[in-house]
Amino acid sequence: MAKEYETVIGLEVHVELATKTKIFCGCSTAFGAAPNTQTCPVCTGMPGSLPVLNKQVLEYAIAVGLATNCDITRYSKFDRKNYFYPDNPQNYQISQLYLPICRNGGVEIETEDGGKKVVGIHEIHMEEDAGKLIHDEWEDCSLVDYNRSGVPLIEIVSEPDMRSAEEVIAYLEKLRLIIQYLGASDCKLQEGSMRADVNLSVREVGAAEFGTRTEMKNLNSFKAIARAIEGERERQIDLIEAGKVVVQETRRWDDAKGESYPMRSKEDAQDYRYFPDPDLVPIVVSDEMLEKIKANQPEFRTEKMARYKEEYDIPDYDIDIITNSKHMADLFEATVAICNQPKKVSNWLMGETMRLMKEKEVDVEDLHFSPENLAKLIALVDSKAINSSVAKEVFEVMFEEDVDPEKYVEEKGLKTVNDEGALRKTIEEVIANNPQSVEDYRNGKEKAIGFLVGQTMKAMKGKADPGMINQILKELL
Amino acid sequence: MSLLDMTAVELAAAIKAGKTTAVEATKEVLAQIEAKEQLYHCYVTLDKEAALAQAEAVQAKIEAGELTGPLAGVPVAIKDNMCTEGMLTTCSSKILGNFVPTFSAEAVLNLQKAGAIILGKTNMDEFAMGSTTETSAYGETKNPWNPEHVPGGSSGGSAAAVAAEECFYALGSDTGGSIRQPASFCGVVGMKPTYGTVSRYGLIAYGSSLDQIGPLAKDVTDCATILEVIASHDTKDSTSVERQDTDFTKALVEDVKGMRIGIPNDYFGEGLDEEVKSAVLQAAKVLGEKGAIIEYFDLSLVDYAIPTYYTIAAAEASSNLERFDGIKYGYRTEDYAGLHNMYKKSRSEGFGEEVKRRIMLGSFVLSSGYYDAYYLKALRVKALIKKAFDEAFAKYDVILGPVAPTTAPKLGESLADPIQMYLGDIYTIAVNLAGLPGISLPCGKDSKGLPIGLQLIGDCFQEKKLIQTAYTYEKARGEFPMAAKEVC
Repeated sequence: MAKEYETVIGLEVHVELATKTKIFCGCSTAFGAAPNTQTCPVCTGMPGSLPVLNKQVLEYAIAVGLATNCDITRYSKFDRKNYFYPDNPQNYQISQLYLPICRNGGVEIETEDGGKKVVGIHEIHMEEDAGKLIHDEWEDCSLVDYNRSGVPLIEIVSEPDMRSAEEVIAYLEKLRLIIQYLGASDCKLQEGSMRADVNLSVREVGAAEFGTRTEMKNLNSFKAIARAIEGERERQIDLIEAGKVVVQETRRWDDAKGESYPMRSKEDAQDYRYFPDPDLVPIVVSDEMLEKIKANQPEFRTEKMARYKEEYDIPDYDIDIITNSKHMADLFEATVAICNQPKKVSNWLMGETMRLMKEKEVDVEDLHFSPENLAKLIALVDSKAINSSVAKEVFEVMFEEDVDPEKYVEEKGLKTVNDEGALRKTIEEVIANNPQSVEDYRNGKEKAIGFLVGQTMKAMKGKADPGMINQILKELL
Repeated sequence: MSLLDMTAVELAAAIKAGKTTAVEATKEVLAQIEAKEQLYHCYVTLDKEAALAQAEAVQAKIEAGELTGPLAGVPVAIKDNMCTEGMLTTCSSKILGNFVPTFSAEAVLNLQKAGAIILGKTNMDEFAMGSTTETSAYGETKNPWNPEHVPGGSSGGSAAAVAAEECFYALGSDTGGSIRQPASFCGVVGMKPTYGTVSRYGLIAYGSSLDQIGPLAKDVTDCATILEVIASHDTKDSTSVERQDTDFTKALVEDVKGMRIGIPNDYFGEGLDEEVKSAVLQAAKVLGEKGAIIEYFDLSLVDYAIPTYYTIAAAEASSNLERFDGIKYGYRTEDYAGLHNMYKKSRSEGFGEEVKRRIMLGSFVLSSGYYDAYYLKALRVKALIKKAFDEAFAKYDVILGPVAPTTAPKLGESLADPIQMYLGDIYTIAVNLAGLPGISLPCGKDSKGLPIGLQLIGDCFQEKKLIQTAYTYEKARGEFPMAAKEVC
């Protein structure tokens, strides 16, 4: 009988914090600027420059720690991790090894069988990001962009508590949601503001000891993470079954090929010579600071769900979907605040928004139509200025370009024709041109009227109120 | 009296009174540099035209009443490990041979705001590693009292420039005695303030937790005045301390009545030169006669200071100097095959022997498996040393002792035996480990005519007690002319 194996997974998750400035200097963290335009002597490692901690970084790290049930280290320090690489201007990274800011936490996830499970968090520490190397193969040289150098990160190190790709995704989604609710990061895997390294080992079911683990890097989506876990599990089992050993090493996942490659083994692991950074003073978290951060914690998902249930008459299903993204929830609340029609707002989000997100492969965090415009669209429909199919058409444009629906409807001449005379005239023509359908209707085929409404709508180029067409049709017939 | 023989404060007063001008003083000092630099080699970089241009601008501001401070119009020399915007800053190393900073050190900016005229950058031991200024990649500086002897180090260029009157005062940096020891060897006054008093922003780090910038000057009055100008709370330096008591000139009071002065027996044991010993004890006697209460005591742990210091300073240095890699600025080797070969060759060629020795030492004590045994243990001893001083300062206002076991050694004597050179720091380095202020001032000469320094050590933030004691001693001692006036 074939042996049964259990997968043991721990994660190291890097999250780029949403501060306006870098962790140790005042440079902007904005994404996409021209190379080396958001730099200064500190984040380019110029001689004589010194780091000063951005307090917002500490506050975000503590807030994430509190939200993930960690102990906050009241006397914490920064350490230098020494290694030579050109994207690292000082040739050491300022990080935390000995006294990380948060320890001993955990988050609850739902398992595949519907049960609940806590994934432990070993620690959360603060550190600086490195610059970016651009290899110019044409010129055979490498260029460095230090814009990202010094962008603040937190690294969330889990315990080896996960047993499947599903659990890993559930854990990551949970973390992402908490951090997004805190506003501490937008947590976009594709853009690298959330990065996960997977530590994985396998062992026979029932074994007391863990197997030898590998670390997998370069995982840019939940799908890639799931595939990499499956691939690595199989690779390790194949090795064990073949009587070979799993080597402790760091591997790079190639999602296109569905394979991983060794990057470096434990043997050539570097000695980082960590030691406390003498340029930075120890971080003392006072009672006042801790209380202030606690008091400022936002409404998290569970509380928000309860409040929605209380305040808005919308289905639990809608509440579940809307609150599953802080961005979506913000959009919902802001729109409701303008138009005070929760059900209609929810319908737009559940229906057309979800449909277009799927169709156009847009991440919920990238939705960019404004609450103002959505409220305007709802008002246009309410006032019968446009009908619902025109509204869907307009929404699609809003979804893409966040246009002002009022202006758009005006410019494109999409307003419903409310001139009864013109409508009556068109309907008379439709009746004249479709004697068969008229006949059918008169003979009791109720459905036939639908065809006539459609023909009228077509003749009106969609700009008519279907209710009004119905009414006139019935009257004329 | 020649302009050159004036102290910085006297010169500023003369300029303010219209008796001379910043331009005239600058021209005189440039002429002195022209005449003496070949002999002593105090500077690695000089910019005469820039100095004159600054002098004219400063003079105009003084005349317009915009600059009224006690140092306005006085030419200064800056140790070459402090960044000066637009002016070469090499740390006396080949690896920074072409490095021109884009900003100035906070201490330099504070001086410039006070109307200082920067003459140039002074020679030093490479990256401040050394006690003789012989490890400079740009040649050794010679002691103006006797050019066959070293000026001390690492701020040897600054101390020698003051002694040779090639400037009116200078800035130095002190990690293990690098201001006090050359001040002692060159017969000038040098002071290392409490850690955190002067911003380290723009000081190219050697041992970050120990480095402090301080003045080298002709007398205690200048010293207090300069320190008052350069001390500032700087939000760019996390280790900078916000102090209200930086009006150091208020302590220029001739009075030590009731001042409790402790003399550590441990500082007068084996290895201390007899002439140095008697000069220092004579100074103590003078202070006793002025009303101070002199007592001997056991400080303890003195022997541990040197290994502790060389562990911590080297560890920090090994990391601080990683940024010099040939990628972004500074020296890059000519031929290389790939990135790591480029790092290796650039750093092997760019750093001198002593720097490489300390990088290796520091990398070793931080490496995994040795961290606890060396680096962590050194930090613990450091804490014990601080405790020993705390206990001493519970009893005494000031601790008095020698600066160095001997007067300035001959050129070439020290480098052959680095351990011997390290032992020469025995009386100064504990002060850095404990973050304390210390001052060195001349208290005599040995039979070879070389100056002997007296060291006074205070508790953290007690610079005023040091200044008051030093000032009182200086008055009682009488004139101690600069080497330029006496011998050269």
